[in-house]
Amino acid sequence: MKKYLMILMLALLPALTAGAAPVSGKMSADVDPHDKESLQRGAQAFANYCMACHQAELMRYSRVAQDLGLSSEDVEEFLIFTPGTQVVDVMRNAMDSEDSLDWFGAPAPDLTMTARRHGPDWVYTFLNGFYKDENQQFGVNNLVISGVSMPHVLQELQGLPEAIREDVDGQQRIVGLELNEAGMMSPAEYRRFTRDITNFMDYIAEPVKAERQRLGVYVIGFLLILLVLTYLLKKEFWRDVH
Amino acid sequence: MNQDGADKSRRRFLTAATGVVGGVGAAFLAVPFLSYWQPSARAQAAGAPVEVDISQLEPGQLVNVKWRGNPVWVFKRSDDNLSDLEKLDGLMRDPESNQPQQPPYAQNKHRSIKPEIMIMVGLCTHLGCSPLFRPDERPPGIERDWHGGFFCPCHGSYFDLAGRVYSGVPAPLNLEVPPYHFIDDNTVLIGEDEGDA
Amino acid sequence: MSETRGSSGGLMGWVDERFPATKMWNEHIGQYYAPKNFNFWYYFGSLALVVLVIQILSGIWLTMNYQPSADRAFESVEYIMRDVDWGWLIRYIHTTGASAFFVVVYLHMARALLYGSYQKPRELLWVFGVLIYLALMAEAFFGYMLPWGQMSFWGAQVIISLFGAIPVIGDQLALWIRGDYVISEITLNRFFALHVIGLPLVIIGLVVAHILALHEVGSNNPDGVEIKKNKDANGNPKDGIPFHPYYTVKDTFGLIVFLIFFSIVLFYMPEFFGLFIEAPNFEPANPQVTPDHIAPVWYFTPHYAMLRAIPDSFGGVVVMGAAVMILFFLPWLDRGRVRSIRYRGLSFKIALMLFFLSFVVLGYLGLQPATGLYTMLARIFTAIYFGFFVFIWVYTYFGLERTKPVPERVTMP
Repeated sequence: MKKYLMILMLALLPALTAGAAPVSGKMSADVDPHDKESLQRGAQAFANYCMACHQAELMRYSRVAQDLGLSSEDVEEFLIFTPGTQVVDVMRNAMDSEDSLDWFGAPAPDLTMTARRHGPDWVYTFLNGFYKDENQQFGVNNLVISGVSMPHVLQELQGLPEAIREDVDGQQRIVGLELNEAGMMSPAEYRRFTRDITNFMDYIAEPVKAERQRLGVYVIGFLLILLVLTYLLKKEFWRDVH
Repeated sequence: MNQDGADKSRRRFLTAATGVVGGVGAAFLAVPFLSYWQPSARAQAAGAPVEVDISQLEPGQLVNVKWRGNPVWVFKRSDDNLSDLEKLDGLMRDPESNQPQQPPYAQNKHRSIKPEIMIMVGLCTHLGCSPLFRPDERPPGIERDWHGGFFCPCHGSYFDLAGRVYSGVPAPLNLEVPPYHFIDDNTVLIGEDEGDA
Repeated sequence: MSETRGSSGGLMGWVDERFPATKMWNEHIGQYYAPKNFNFWYYFGSLALVVLVIQILSGIWLTMNYQPSADRAFESVEYIMRDVDWGWLIRYIHTTGASAFFVVVYLHMARALLYGSYQKPRELLWVFGVLIYLALMAEAFFGYMLPWGQMSFWGAQVIISLFGAIPVIGDQLALWIRGDYVISEITLNRFFALHVIGLPLVIIGLVVAHILALHEVGSNNPDGVEIKKNKDANGNPKDGIPFHPYYTVKDTFGLIVFLIFFSIVLFYMPEFFGLFIEAPNFEPANPQVTPDHIAPVWYFTPHYAMLRAIPDSFGGVVVMGAAVMILFFLPWLDRGRVRSIRYRGLSFKIALMLFFLSFVVLGYLGLQPATGLYTMLARIFTAIYFGFFVFIWVYTYFGLERTKPVPERVTMP
């Protein structure tokens, strides 16, 4: 498997001030709220990997079922792992916030609005931005959140990238990542996997997005009809005016 | 401004057409504002059906659960309770349960699916107080033989162990039976008919 | 049957004997004669009224589900977006409407500057208008706090601390506004009361006054010609047409055009590139963590740019306040007697265009970080902004303006 991975981060989008990111530029997630298969895969990945520590307290399972075309049984089997949780409940996990404080130094932030706060590209780049760093608590750091206080949960799938450092203007800078230790997925598979999670996170930040885009066509179409009518009406009456 | 030579019928037509289409638009616009008042997903979640385990329920025992903010009683009748019901027909205001206070499957002698399990909403049909459970002790002020039932302390109404209201009391109707069905022999789901999952 | 009785005879007649319904209809709509040469710039008055109604309706509906407490405010907005049927639509109507209000009002004010609609006898009309603008800014400021996001909290923090910069009374004033030593739920609650009831009542009252003041003297027009000077045999202005049906019909068309743009934003880009709904506000307020860039919403950024351009903090507050207050004096600063830009001197045209440009550029600068080149540009354009008012006074007081002859009758396009 080819090692050289993320130099394309530089080549992609033009540099935006990415806050704490030492490497400029973000990967393009290209989210699609109408892609139900991607959302379903992303929902499952989110529930299995992210919800061990994180929550999405503003999102109801029943709404996920409704929008993604899942049955209550599907939701109970594939998405709910906390006993006592009903389909009508919100996406909470069993982790006590005190435990989270003990283990990680901070409660794992709620992820419902993250994709709307930072944008899906930020999320996508984050998921692809972990790299080995012996100086950190969990042995990893992240290009998007420097000093991130969580492990690389998806390491078994991606593998563990390493930073490529170069001297830029007299300072050591990270200019890309390379994958020497492969995981269970190929880089392409991992990108698709993380894109699905990103797509799902974009969805839970605004579940109504797909529907509002759909409705917009009808509303604007109707208004165009009214536009023609009101124009003709105005023209007709204004023939009186000279 | 000159209205001579104005085509009045064209004006009328265009005004009417725009008015009608605009009216349709206004009606469509009203829908969201009206639907907004419907119970939200949160209200529906809070009002979701309640599962009750009846495997440990003894004859004569009553369990109180909350459904949609109201008390719902799950009561196991003994054989004596069941045979008594028939005897009390003459004392009841609505012995055959003709008033629509129960789902079709509870319109029978015992007002329930299984004869021994009685499920009813614990609110008096007079003004909404929650009656007291009186399986043995005759409630105060009642002259008649008492075969067990419920007594409402607010205005003195009383009901039998099938929730039927006695005649001559302020309450006009039998106690309400909510929709419910048995998921299995040990579990009843209150708030949902069999087909409605 | 008297002239003021309605044609549905019985019912309208009964009402008219007890309430001036038909009389008001005729005076303000049916027989209100407006100049026949209204152009594109004249749509924005009726549109502003429509947006006011939209905001009130959507606002009342939001209030049914919004929780004004620090713990629940943010979550209640997402509750509306997700759990309440069509809540998302009402919310987006309100956020789009808030920005639409300022787009429409700024264009409406621009019209007044283009055609001299603030000149005698419309000075009071203009003053009511500037008061509405002030009330609208306060209303938007209070409203923005309610979602209790990071920008709600920190934006309020910055603006209230501006009041704190006033010498002598500043700290007491800021404390009094907040009702607490820091911005807290107490501040949120009072801003809620002001936003939902206090200011809407004020705005409605001012709008009524604004329309009455307009109808008392009659509308201006793109030629600045006084149409009441030429009346026909019936006593109606020759260049006037009754508002109904001509302008009811025309404004309805304008309304549909507006609603199309409104819908495109609402259904396809409600955040409008982070300008209408700002990204940091999707994070709940955190008094311990300040966002990287604190900027007010786009409609305040021109003033914000001026504030930051002045090195002294109190000086900045004074300049920012003056930028709005100076608008009140415009009818008395402009001593010209020609109303419309069409017939005014070339220098006036250039000055006005520079003024509009400075407002737009300052708006852009207010969105950027306050460093180096941006700050220098902000200073230049602040000077241009105020320069317009100085110019107009000097220009007209000393009779330096060379105007073109104003026609007797209006010109049609």
